[in-house]
Amino acid sequence: MLLIQCPNCGPRSEIEFRCGGESHIERPGPHGEVTDEAWADYLFYRSTPMAEHRERWVHAAGCRRWFNVVRNTVTHRINGTYPMGATGLTERSR
Amino acid sequence: MNGWRTRAGTTVDHGKPLSFVWAGRAYRGFAGDTLASALLANGVSIFGRSFKYHRPRGLIAAGLDEPNGIIQLERGAHTVPNIKATQIELYDGLIAGPVNAKPNVNFDVMAVNSLFKRFIPAGFYYKTFLWPNWRLFEPIIRRAAGLGIAPSAVDPDTYEHRYAHVDVLVIGSGAAGLAAAEAAAALPCNKRVVLVEADAEFGGGLLSSTTLVDGMSPIGWRDAALARLAANATVQLLNRTIAFGFYDHGLVALCERLTDHLALRERTGPRQRLWKVRCGKVILATGAFERPIPFANNDLPGIMLASAAQTYATRFGALPGKEVIVCTNNDSAYAAAFALQDTGCLVRAIIDSRAEGGACLEEAKSRAIEVVLGTVPLRAKGRRRVSALVLGAIAGGKKRSVRCDTVVTSDGWNPAVHLHSQSGGALAYDEALRTFAPDQPVQQAESVGAAAGIFSVEAAIAGARAVTRGEMMLRPMVDPVGPTQRFMTGDRDASITWIDFQNDVTVGDIQLAARENFRSVEHLKRYTTLGMASDQGKLSNIAGIHVLSDVLGKPVQEIGTTRFRPPFDPVTIGAFAGRAVGADLLPLAHTPAHDAQLALGAKIEHYGAWRRAAYFPKPGESERQAIEREVLSVREGVGLFDASSLGKIEVRGPDAAEFLQRIYINDIRTLKIGNCRYGLMLNEHGIVYDDGVCARIGADHYLVGTTSGHADAIADMLEEWLQCEWPDLRVLIENITNGWAVMNLAGRHARSVLADVGTDINLSQGAFPHMSIRSGMVAGVHARVHRVSFTGELSYEIAVPWGFGAALWQALMHCGARYGITPFGVESLMVMRIEKGYLHIGSDTDGTTYPQDVGFAAATSKKPDDFVGRRSTMRIEGMRENRRQLIGLEVTDGGGPLANGAHVLAGDATVPRGTQGWVTSSVHSPTLRRPLALALVEGGRQRIGEVVRIWDLDTWRAAKIADHRFFDPEGRQIHG
Repeated sequence: MLLIQCPNCGPRSEIEFRCGGESHIERPGPHGEVTDEAWADYLFYRSTPMAEHRERWVHAAGCRRWFNVVRNTVTHRINGTYPMGATGLTERSR
Repeated sequence: MNGWRTRAGTTVDHGKPLSFVWAGRAYRGFAGDTLASALLANGVSIFGRSFKYHRPRGLIAAGLDEPNGIIQLERGAHTVPNIKATQIELYDGLIAGPVNAKPNVNFDVMAVNSLFKRFIPAGFYYKTFLWPNWRLFEPIIRRAAGLGIAPSAVDPDTYEHRYAHVDVLVIGSGAAGLAAAEAAAALPCNKRVVLVEADAEFGGGLLSSTTLVDGMSPIGWRDAALARLAANATVQLLNRTIAFGFYDHGLVALCERLTDHLALRERTGPRQRLWKVRCGKVILATGAFERPIPFANNDLPGIMLASAAQTYATRFGALPGKEVIVCTNNDSAYAAAFALQDTGCLVRAIIDSRAEGGACLEEAKSRAIEVVLGTVPLRAKGRRRVSALVLGAIAGGKKRSVRCDTVVTSDGWNPAVHLHSQSGGALAYDEALRTFAPDQPVQQAESVGAAAGIFSVEAAIAGARAVTRGEMMLRPMVDPVGPTQRFMTGDRDASITWIDFQNDVTVGDIQLAARENFRSVEHLKRYTTLGMASDQGKLSNIAGIHVLSDVLGKPVQEIGTTRFRPPFDPVTIGAFAGRAVGADLLPLAHTPAHDAQLALGAKIEHYGAWRRAAYFPKPGESERQAIEREVLSVREGVGLFDASSLGKIEVRGPDAAEFLQRIYINDIRTLKIGNCRYGLMLNEHGIVYDDGVCARIGADHYLVGTTSGHADAIADMLEEWLQCEWPDLRVLIENITNGWAVMNLAGRHARSVLADVGTDINLSQGAFPHMSIRSGMVAGVHARVHRVSFTGELSYEIAVPWGFGAALWQALMHCGARYGITPFGVESLMVMRIEKGYLHIGSDTDGTTYPQDVGFAAATSKKPDDFVGRRSTMRIEGMRENRRQLIGLEVTDGGGPLANGAHVLAGDATVPRGTQGWVTSSVHSPTLRRPLALALVEGGRQRIGEVVRIWDLDTWRAAKIADHRFFDPEGRQIHG
């Protein structure tokens, strides 16, 4: 059970959160201009590194805000969080 | 001879006798006994029969590593199967028996299996019972091999959960654990320190040790340390509490036994408490498990671990026999030998595999105990108990037999690395100890004392203090353990030398598995069941890995261990369930008019989390009669339905229209203020996810209606799109489902009833037409009124603040009385919506249904904008001509309604093959007086009028594809 630092509520148990999978997946569009390949890539293909992974979580049983988490998929160490829309961890948020 | 009692015992109170029953016979023990020690002291040496061969088995260990003393505790609802006699504290009136012996442990009919032992090798069942199939044989085999009997009655006990956040958690209260707890509490940064001990008594190894600590007796040292800890407000002491799981980010799970040690009549309150403890730092002082020495017939009763014999003698005053042979490859068993001699046993010899012996030789000599060096046990003799031991030099050569009634062995010690390993910590093979010890931790966890491979008490205490303070731990030099007898392939004794006692796995089984190429330790485990029983190989894993290493000629460190997983020791399911049982399993949602509906005789059913009225039977009415009456009353008069569970989500803000335009497949931007639109939402895969009415309350203000079951999920989905994909949109989303009660008036008198109950809203057809929303006062309360319909009748959904819901129901029933108002339930509503051909998500759609399959191709094609799931509906799969489409079915054979799920086949089909779709909703229509059905059928919209055959459970039916709008397709009623 991970201990996740919610940027709004502080450290809380994983059970309060829901993981939305890999972050920074670009939604292609508009619909008329997207090839089947590009759409399939967006819908189905995700990286599964044995390393640092950027994923989005929502504090479902708390502030209900989404944010990004950088988690090592091997050690489960969480290296930091950053808001939706930001491009990644800054040195300060690590 | 068998076991007996002395006046010794550090934790036994000889002044408090207790009576108990074992296998139908009455015995006496003392307060402080375990069931195991009490039985041992009473001379009981056979505790059960082995799993496969039903061989007689006695105690081997004194703790949770015990593989043989598996028992059934108590009877009836209180019964607990498969727990270890070594873990049960004796209480007055305790009743227990063995689990795997018929008719009893002393005579077991299944022991005939033992004669066929050579026919039941590893993988025997897999190989033999292949044909015709395993399931045919499984019940018989399981009965023969079975363990205890699970209780059939509801658990009468209660359980609870507790959460804690601590700076330091110390697991284990031996010398190292006590020292660590004290050192942790002395650091000012630590505000909360918890020390847990699985046993009833704190002290761990100190309870059975005879070695002085700081010049004090071990018990004296423990008492002093415990007194200091008890006086320290920073420290919480928890005995009878086992740490069974070490999870991510410092989470440790504990199970505290609150009443298991009490007589049944004295038990009150929860039986056990499950703790989830988030720890800043964890000190693992979990001790070590001794390894038994493998030799032929080593499973005979009377053969046990040296440390177990020492514990029984010193702690409980229970001696396993009179004439003892001690076999060892290290010094620790000498202490056991001396303790047994001091409590009254005759120690016939110490058999030491080391050529030179160790530091205790002098003391053995002074005690006149014969020490035989360079020698190992080869074979035990005896039938129901060991009566002699055959010895031989490790180098081979002449053998000799020594008479005895008890053999105790020590092949060295395995640090209890389980929690360290669960936490992600690495293990390293220690050549001197011939076992695995903790290597680098990955969490804030440190192993100390015997758990770290440090077996001297002084060094353990010093190391525990140092580690707790964050200092380096000094590791004393370890005396390497001596050699152990190796088994060669083909060794005759291999097949009668046990490694895993609980699962009856021998050296021969491991050799066979290796020959059959099950060479990975994980494969070996699954194939032979080595280490899979309730003791999870605490005694057998390392010994098994040694055998595998010998067979494969591969070093132990290259073989490694199987993965250590929680729980460290079995935990009862009740503890995990906690209070979430029975009526408390799930929170139930009730609608506001629940009580009023109950008073009217409503049949209440579960619909997702909601408890709702299904229908309202009058006395003597069947379900079908009640539903018919309700439907006809709505069609011909007026009915009232509690629709409060419908999902209601407010969407507000300058960009609310733009946001919903991207969510719905329908055009929302063109929706005028005060109007409603029926819409569909898809998931990003294009699958129809939910439907409902979207109302525009103001320029920047929408009310999104969802199905009852999806309200939370849709609110979450909207938030995810808004926050993650379109954070630039200025929109607020709020799920207000539980804020507004909704009463649905339906039928041609609905307008009159609403007028009679009192409203300032203009109800005329021109001012308030179908598919519009108005706000105003209804029955003196602020209300939002939708004019929408799921019944096909003139219909108002009147929403008032939740607390006024019951009063509104009563008021409408009162004012509707003169119109013959009839309350109706969910099932009647479902009949009416099928008559109208209205879609029900989840019934008429499934995980492959696109909007074009349910008649929304035109709605989407006119909309220029992208929306969630749109691109997915345009895939080749979505364009396929013969997709299954929602249509109606008319029964043409004069029979009753079709079965839901019945298959639709071509009209000329003669065999039930090549399905073209299936029935999704089916009902006998009270209004039209005939059976109706909705179905998803390949190319269905193009096939209206076509005759098809229906196949359901070996029965053919005839039907015709029809327009699904069966009743009032022009909508005369709805616009009334």
